[in-house]
Amino acid sequence: MEQLHQDSTLLEWYLAGDENALETLINRHSQRIYSFIFSKVFDKDVAEDIFQDTFIKVIKTLKRGSYNEEGKFLPWVMRIAHNLVIDHFRKNNRMPKFEGNDDFNIFSLIGDSSLNAEKQIIKDQVETDLRKLIEELPTDQKEVLIMRMYKDMSFKEISEITGVSINTALGRMRYAIINLRKIINKHNIVLTN
Amino acid sequence: MAKLYSRYSSEMKNLKPRKETIEFLLNYSKALSVINYKKMKFEMLLN
Repeated sequence: MEQLHQDSTLLEWYLAGDENALETLINRHSQRIYSFIFSKVFDKDVAEDIFQDTFIKVIKTLKRGSYNEEGKFLPWVMRIAHNLVIDHFRKNNRMPKFEGNDDFNIFSLIGDSSLNAEKQIIKDQVETDLRKLIEELPTDQKEVLIMRMYKDMSFKEISEITGVSINTALGRMRYAIINLRKIINKHNIVLTN
Repeated sequence: MAKLYSRYSSEMKNLKPRKETIEFLLNYSKALSVINYKKMKFEMLLN
């Protein structure tokens, strides 16, 4: 039913004072916007902050009557989120500058931590191999491991979703790792770079 | 230190903001009112 109303209609209602329309709009687009932000910052708390700031800006602009409805609500919100992500990185990149002299050169202390092409290929290969190995695990262990390591969920969340106790989830994680080690040792697989 | 090879993959697409964040935004929206006076706009947060 909710999807029947277009964004533009909901915006009209919101501007006319219907706060529920905003709730529908936020719920409709929250996942996309949040995922977009998270895909850039890779930090749940930072993503949460930027998501909040994005919508504060949206609400302010709407209430001030400065928004021109052209049927592009989502792209507009995404643009705001994008700009805030850039602001976030700019803020974090502000570092004190240091001029080196002949005796001491700061660049001799700073290494390039990014991987070279060869190491990147190895890393990708290792990650792919590991995903294949994980597929070999029993379903219950695989489930817990993927939720913990790839989805970054807490054991509490995992236990709620899988319907087992936290201790069971912890146990499954432990066995998943033990079993992975067993498979790796058995087949003499070298996972390193 | 063990190496972690986990990579954020397409599974991350199911992320959602916390309920509290959305609640906050809805309450913020309810509390915010903008008053126009001549050519000026005043924002008021009435909690």
